[in-house]
Amino acid sequence: MYAFAYQKPATVAEAVKLLSADPEAKALAGGMTYIPVLKQRLARPSAVVDLSGLGLAGIGVSGGVVTIGAMTTHAAVAASAEVRRAIPALAALAGGIGDNEVRHRGTIGGSLANDDPTADYPAAVLALGATLRTDRRTIAADGYFQGMFTTALEPGEIITAVAFPVPEKAGYAKFPNPASRYAMVGVFVARGPQGVRVAVTGAGQGGVFRHTAMEKALEKSWSADALAGVATPAEGLNADLHGSAEYRAHLVGVMARRALAAAG
Amino acid sequence: MPQVSLTVNGKRHTVEVETRTLLVELLREKLGLTGTHVGCDTSQCGACVVHVDGTSVKSCTFLAVQADGASVTTIEGLAAADGTLHPMQAAFREHHALQCGFCTPGMVMSAIDLVNSHKERMSEAEIRHGLEGNLCRCTGYHNIVKAVAAAQEVMHGRAQAAE
Amino acid sequence: MGHEGIGAAVKRKEDERFLAGRGHYVDDMNRPGQAHAHLRRSDRPHARILGIDTAAAAAMPGVVAILTAADFEAAGVGGLPCGWAVKSKDGSPMIEPMHPVLASGKVRHVGDPVAVVIAETRAEARDAAEALVVSYEDLPSAAGVRDALAAGAALVHDEAAGNVCYDWEIGDRALVDGAFAQAARVVRLALTNNRLVPNAMEPRAALGDFDPSSGEYTLITTSQNPHVIRLLMGAFVLHIPEHKLRVIAPDVGGGFGSKIYHYAEEAIVTFAAGRLRRPVKWTADRSESFVSDAHGRDHDTVAEMALDAQGNYLALRVSTIANMGAYLSTFAPSIPTYLYATLLAGVYKTPVIYAEVKAVFTNTVPVDAYRGAGRPEAAYLLERLTDVIAHDTGMDRVELRRRNFIPAGAFPYQTPVALQYDSGNYERTLEVAMKAADWAGFPARRAQAQARGRLRGIGMSTYLEACGIAPSHIAGALGARAGLYEVANIRVHPTGSVTVFTGSHSHGQGHETTFAQIVAEKLGVGIAQVDVVHGDTKEVPFGMGTYGSRSLAVGGSAMVKALDKVIAKGKRIAAHLMEAAVADIEFADGKFTVSGTDKSKTLTDISLAAYIPHNYPIEELEPGLEEIAFYDPKNFTYPGGCHIAEVEIDPETGVVSMVNFVAVDDIGTVINPMIVHGQVHGGVAQGIGQALLEHAQYDQAGQLVSGSFMDYVMPRADDLPAIHVGTESTPCLTNPLGSKGVGEVGAIGSPPAVINAVVDALREYGVRHLDMPASAPKIWSIIRAGQSRAAAE
Repeated sequence: MYAFAYQKPATVAEAVKLLSADPEAKALAGGMTYIPVLKQRLARPSAVVDLSGLGLAGIGVSGGVVTIGAMTTHAAVAASAEVRRAIPALAALAGGIGDNEVRHRGTIGGSLANDDPTADYPAAVLALGATLRTDRRTIAADGYFQGMFTTALEPGEIITAVAFPVPEKAGYAKFPNPASRYAMVGVFVARGPQGVRVAVTGAGQGGVFRHTAMEKALEKSWSADALAGVATPAEGLNADLHGSAEYRAHLVGVMARRALAAAG
Repeated sequence: MPQVSLTVNGKRHTVEVETRTLLVELLREKLGLTGTHVGCDTSQCGACVVHVDGTSVKSCTFLAVQADGASVTTIEGLAAADGTLHPMQAAFREHHALQCGFCTPGMVMSAIDLVNSHKERMSEAEIRHGLEGNLCRCTGYHNIVKAVAAAQEVMHGRAQAAE
Repeated sequence: MGHEGIGAAVKRKEDERFLAGRGHYVDDMNRPGQAHAHLRRSDRPHARILGIDTAAAAAMPGVVAILTAADFEAAGVGGLPCGWAVKSKDGSPMIEPMHPVLASGKVRHVGDPVAVVIAETRAEARDAAEALVVSYEDLPSAAGVRDALAAGAALVHDEAAGNVCYDWEIGDRALVDGAFAQAARVVRLALTNNRLVPNAMEPRAALGDFDPSSGEYTLITTSQNPHVIRLLMGAFVLHIPEHKLRVIAPDVGGGFGSKIYHYAEEAIVTFAAGRLRRPVKWTADRSESFVSDAHGRDHDTVAEMALDAQGNYLALRVSTIANMGAYLSTFAPSIPTYLYATLLAGVYKTPVIYAEVKAVFTNTVPVDAYRGAGRPEAAYLLERLTDVIAHDTGMDRVELRRRNFIPAGAFPYQTPVALQYDSGNYERTLEVAMKAADWAGFPARRAQAQARGRLRGIGMSTYLEACGIAPSHIAGALGARAGLYEVANIRVHPTGSVTVFTGSHSHGQGHETTFAQIVAEKLGVGIAQVDVVHGDTKEVPFGMGTYGSRSLAVGGSAMVKALDKVIAKGKRIAAHLMEAAVADIEFADGKFTVSGTDKSKTLTDISLAAYIPHNYPIEELEPGLEEIAFYDPKNFTYPGGCHIAEVEIDPETGVVSMVNFVAVDDIGTVINPMIVHGQVHGGVAQGIGQALLEHAQYDQAGQLVSGSFMDYVMPRADDLPAIHVGTESTPCLTNPLGSKGVGEVGAIGSPPAVINAVVDALREYGVRHLDMPASAPKIWSIIRAGQSRAAAE
């Protein structure tokens, strides 16, 4: 790690002020991605602004919306009786991120602000049509993800919570990278107030994306049979030592069927 | 340099650290608690797992300054004052769940948290999955899984501790 | 005290400190005034070093010194030596290029160290190392052996034409060719043995120190053989005589071969400590380990078997290209020759065998022994080839093995590739394993799996290895530059407790327990009365260390020899005390008894008399009760057995799941069955890792793309099954314990069993062979190709 200044503000306003005043400062949530990045010396922030003192953790359900505070850990989401009741697929997704120790520290806000193309949460946010609340506005999922590690967040903008409309049905299945266990392909399917939405993480070169062909097919018939004729083009998908773009394209179909089976 | 005050294995410490110091470096280098190990630099191996405020975390992926005010338990703090091993330590010994011993502290700390968070009896498959954050190169995990299965019975009062 | 001697599954003595976090690994140690070293390593696979600008780095905070190749050259520091010389077919010696501690003139692989920065803290050393400006002129590179052998390939070393280190052979080519000409059938198989990274969980570390008052250097290092490091580094690299160099290998967190070798960092910290007059410590990051610890395997082979009409093996012909990496590591030349080709008879009575091995320099990390070392490559070849023969001829794979087994009555058995096996019973381990795995019940399990949409396969290997390395005169004749005996010193203290000083080194094997059990057995004391000391050249008289499953067969035998001397001396003391003839003294269960009487003395009576020699045969016998023995083995030992793997494949994703694994091994006498089972579990896990998950891959640009745990697939708990272990022993006939060794059997027997099972699961897709690892995308491609073939038909 390179040397940096460490700040731990007590309010969102203070955090925003610190981050806005210094473009080289960087927010730290759970740190499960960012601390490894620092250790590898892949980033050289002037300051690290720790968001853990802002009181942003917590889960609430009301009016058909599950609201999760940005600093809520994956473990808390996975264990939450309310989330398990309202959106079991979301609890299951959170319970499958990383390992126990990662889930104890990693947060939903950190995951979404970082927008790792192999992270799980972006698939849930996009497929469930969630809304991100920040210190200054709300951002719809469809406008939030703008390519890998790129989001609609402005400099200094902090996610405070994520609101998930409760779907009728939802399911998630992922094929983990055998080494890192990040998603090589993760597919989240949902049917809810915004219709059928299918989001794919891990596979795309541009990060999470909606699979509109699958959405159309599932709008017609919410069944594995409906997916049978839907092809996923390999173009634009990642290829590396763990699998070709063709393999990932194939896995998108397999994981979509499994997600659908999980959704019931 | 910032000061960090924390409780480690029941003992209060205040130490000066660089902001870039990791919790594991604080434990090993400032406090001399070398039982917690570092086996990788990508937060994958779990050799560095300790408990912070009762939950397992990778101390290599945790800034020392983040531990200010926290209560930390390391492998050195598990056994009773009279040397009686924690049921998980005892089960590791009984079932030969360690060979070179390097992954062992992190493995034991992870396993304790895993059992603490599963009051119901875990199956072999659940234990295997629950240990996915810890790498061991010696044991093939076979005896670690056996040890955790045995320790959960003791920790949840369903069986007596191993000798 | 219950039985604690040979055969008792006693709990390990070392566990208490490990479980309490009180182990002492190298990185746990610090010395007053210590500085920290960080190595700047090449990020290029092959380049000329045009210059190293140290000015900016030298001005960084905390920097104590910056050293480059020029500093070591000016001080007369030698290259890292190779411990084994191999001759080519034409009698010429292998090409043995200089391996400088820091790259000189050129870098030859990503990770090759070019400079070392020593600073007050580890972070400062790394900060400054990054500030070094190294200018390079890139050169073309080759990571794979085929590319390195291609016409016009850039030379890794100018003196190695065509990048060939040696072109070696064993066996009678004319006889073998003649047998092929007569054969009813020839079956050919081309295969690779995938390159692996050992990845012991403890990264390598080294701490050098120098005491100006005594002129003594100390090196604390993560080593499997501290005396060997003292010899190699002292004599060849830093020119420090043995009595001024102490090497300590304390608790070491796994080795698997990777910590046998003398590495540059050991010489660097020792040299720097002497120059700076302060301790210097280096600890590898895992990313650094990936590009600086010796890798394993990496063979490219074509094998052919000549058969008669009944499936009897007539002759085997093998041609292997072995990747040496950029430099010759300590044991590297011996691995694909004397530890591989001499094993090509395996458990089969193939009458004639010929093998040729070309060793090739490439722009990769050096390759050397990794758990099994040469023997897994031989077993994989033979056991895959046997299954392919069954596939091609339609013979049953079990019957084919039985037909060709060396029968239990044929020992001692001389193979056509130099080795003479002393004992074994391959039929028995096969039978026991098949029963344990319920081989007969497999078709029903396969049908059930099919109903669940899974492809299920079963596979076996009947493997053999040679270990207990090694008779020195044989090893010497084969090019070894060292003796391969072992040393034990047994000290019985005045009140009867015992300290064992052993040249073997434990880095997970549990010697502190099993060696104490041998003493308990021989002297009739409890294991609590016995301490085992290893890993310090100042305490242990000498030693060759731990590798090649040699600790018990060779190190344990040295202990037995020393214990026999202790008992012999004890009898003479007892005879004196009890006024009897020495020939009438019997020793059993810790008591010296005058034969046929009830007169006896305990071991403590004798040890007290030896150290307080008031009533003592002082004219004939020296006081004290301490003996040393050097044991040089008469032969290798030959563990073998049968491993059976059962897998299920998800045809949609190609993921292979291990559903059952049975290992039945003949390892000779078992000292502690609990520890033996643990050794097999670990070896099998590494073998399953090789077969299904692990692969050190370089890209075309020469970068190690699987260079961290994010990309190199380490087996985790949920990748592995419960492992059923059984032992069916025939004693080794050439050492006093009858033990054969168990450290490597798991890693040797398992990979072919797993791949044979995977191929079996895929039989409806027309698969004859696939290379390791059987990764999901590879399996999916095979299934997809099979499906489209079926659709086209």
